[in-house]
Amino acid sequence: MSTHNTDKIKAKLKKRYAKERRFRAYGIASLAISFLFLLTLMVNIFSTGLPAFQQSYIKLDIHIDAEVLGVTKASDREALFSANYSKLVKGTLKEMFPDAKTRKEKRARNKLVSNSASYDLRDHVIENPELIGTTQSFWFLAKDDVDVYMKGKIDRNLPEDDRRIKDFQLTWIDQLQEEGRLEKRFNTTFFTSGDSREPEQAGIKGALIGSLLTMLVTMALSFPIGVLAAVYLEEFAPQNNRWVDIIEININNLAAVPSIVFGLLGLAVFIALFGVPRSAPLVGGLVLTLMTLPTIIIASRAAIKSVPPSIREAALGLGASKVQTTFGHVVPLAMPGILTGSIIGMAQALGETAPLLMIGMVAFVADVPQGILDPATVMPVQIYLWSDSPERAFTERTSAAIMVLLAFLVVMNFIAVMLRKKFERKW
Amino acid sequence: MLNKRDSKNMKALPLMIALSLGSVVATASANSRDHIDIVGSSTVYPFSTVVAETYGKKTGKKTPKIEATGSGGGMKLFCAGNGIETPDITNASRRIKKSEFDSCQKNGVKDIIEVQIGFDGIAIANAKSAPKMELSTKDLFLALAKQVPGEKAGELIENPYKTWKQVNSALPDTKIEVLGPPPTSGTRDAFAELALEGGCNKVDWIKQLKSDSKAAKKAGDKEKSTELKNKHKEICHTVREDGAYVEAGENDNLIVDKLRANPKALGIFGFSFLDQNSDKVQGSQIDGIDVNFETVADGSYPVSRPLYFYVKKSHVDTVPGIKEFIAEFTDEDTWGEEGYLTDKGLIPLSDEKRAAMAESANGLIPLVFEAE
Repeated sequence: MSTHNTDKIKAKLKKRYAKERRFRAYGIASLAISFLFLLTLMVNIFSTGLPAFQQSYIKLDIHIDAEVLGVTKASDREALFSANYSKLVKGTLKEMFPDAKTRKEKRARNKLVSNSASYDLRDHVIENPELIGTTQSFWFLAKDDVDVYMKGKIDRNLPEDDRRIKDFQLTWIDQLQEEGRLEKRFNTTFFTSGDSREPEQAGIKGALIGSLLTMLVTMALSFPIGVLAAVYLEEFAPQNNRWVDIIEININNLAAVPSIVFGLLGLAVFIALFGVPRSAPLVGGLVLTLMTLPTIIIASRAAIKSVPPSIREAALGLGASKVQTTFGHVVPLAMPGILTGSIIGMAQALGETAPLLMIGMVAFVADVPQGILDPATVMPVQIYLWSDSPERAFTERTSAAIMVLLAFLVVMNFIAVMLRKKFERKW
Repeated sequence: MLNKRDSKNMKALPLMIALSLGSVVATASANSRDHIDIVGSSTVYPFSTVVAETYGKKTGKKTPKIEATGSGGGMKLFCAGNGIETPDITNASRRIKKSEFDSCQKNGVKDIIEVQIGFDGIAIANAKSAPKMELSTKDLFLALAKQVPGEKAGELIENPYKTWKQVNSALPDTKIEVLGPPPTSGTRDAFAELALEGGCNKVDWIKQLKSDSKAAKKAGDKEKSTELKNKHKEICHTVREDGAYVEAGENDNLIVDKLRANPKALGIFGFSFLDQNSDKVQGSQIDGIDVNFETVADGSYPVSRPLYFYVKKSHVDTVPGIKEFIAEFTDEDTWGEEGYLTDKGLIPLSDEKRAAMAESANGLIPLVFEAE
């Protein structure tokens, strides 16, 4: 009888252990699957994006001919500015590759270097007018087609009809490479310039600064408002009051409203009513503030609630006023939780594009914004715009921009962790 | 200790709020602008952005800001008023409508300068390895519409055609398979408007709907007019959803690649992509006309449309650089036959038209709307 019972128990125990093992296996499996997805995504982004951090440059020896430019060393800035520098670049290319005969070949020859070459040359000559009349070597950005070929993305063994770089262009590229005039270097342009329709001139700086300014506005507004609202609702608001209940329900509902609705609201209120300029980081920040506020309020309330009542009672017992208790003890102790919530809200806002569509931040903005009133775009918008472009060289830049966005997020989270560590206290 | 921190916090918080609110108030005084503001068609966007960038680099001024809002959305913003917060220029892939012009006038936007910049063609193409197709707009309508006319006039049936031969006995006996843009795309709108509607108006009783609608409008029966108009549009513009028309995404490059892999399929995309990939794909003849620079430019190719931009004259003196921007756009190096816009796929106007257009644009001559 008794052995029978132990057997039964043993069998059941075995089953229970098996169940537990199974459950752990499920956990590990789900972790592994999510890790696999993340890995695939990362490998995909990094393998397409990494080449974008290099860019091909072409060295040209340009004789800065005063006659062609129609200026002298003594010319004023205006004359130097408006002179025709592209003639010099084209002339140099013509001397190097005199074999171009047809119209098509001649046009292709001028497109070995990017059209920024003449502007680079102009800026250089304006700064150093004494160079006029001399011959100088310049490294110019190579055109995107050349760059794509240099990165091995065009197979020269394909039939000529099937590739964008034709045989005559290949002989030029080979010649340049033999003479050591064509090399890949670190792509500084990508970090120092704004958007451009020419892939080789396009950079992330404009969008990066735009994102930074927008986030600063969002933070400056949503953090104090959100925290104060949470403090009031949690510490001061009358309990069981109908109005307080209504506000609470509304805040919880707002957290789930699709972000595009905030964009519409921003368009109607901030732009139409208050006359805030369209496409500016200010209006973007205002709209994203509306979007992040509920997240911050909810997280902050939870953090304040988790401060043990004994702290409040002790402070009150020692004669501190309600305000002193709240801001001297409760809020500092709740700070780590408040910061975490705020950072989550901000990270969400950083990746948002939908509400920005309505307020004109999905736009072509080539200049790097100087302040919160300048037209700007943000990083996710830039990624979207590039992924939509026909030029092949934008594919890798899209992935590279995603990498920069990820880095931005990592930095933000790192700051949050540091702040949390700083404010963390035991009780 | 306690009191000290307390007071510090109490002072800092209102200060932060005051600062942030102050920045909001400060913007109310922002009533001048030093960059050009452009909105409008996403078809013109790729051309407009290149000109804007070149203008910025050439002049050293701020580069104009360009939003792709679609032609209609752009007009709405443009016509909203004369204030500095409204755009200076709007791009359009069609001419301004009478209703839009009237709304502009009503809101005080009196003088509008119209500039036609060139043409955009829509190619219906297949892989070079397959025989070239000779289609008509009616063939396209019958092959791609959701509902096609039945045997009796006024009757509509679900599209029964499976092969091109069933549509038109002169066409090859291959399955109907067309890769094209999704409904969100401007190319799709233009295709529906030009190719499908062109074909569907060849059916007499459908065409009748449109003239009936106009007649009803004249008679003052607005409700009936809109009803007929909508019916006509629904018949002509609705594309079948049974798999013969494949939505291949907004990316025209992708469609080109898919056509190479599947020589039996046809693809719909902008002319610039046909031009760039002339080694891989060939454009079909539509109504007996080949698609190339010349036929699109002279308007004989039926699936092409003119592109425009409109300038608000009252802003020319308040926003710096508009004149220079127009000058850059209408320069021979920009929109001429050898200009950089043709590299991006714009089909230029004829020499005489370009000269006339440049003159009126640079002379800031406002548009006088003539009724059709």
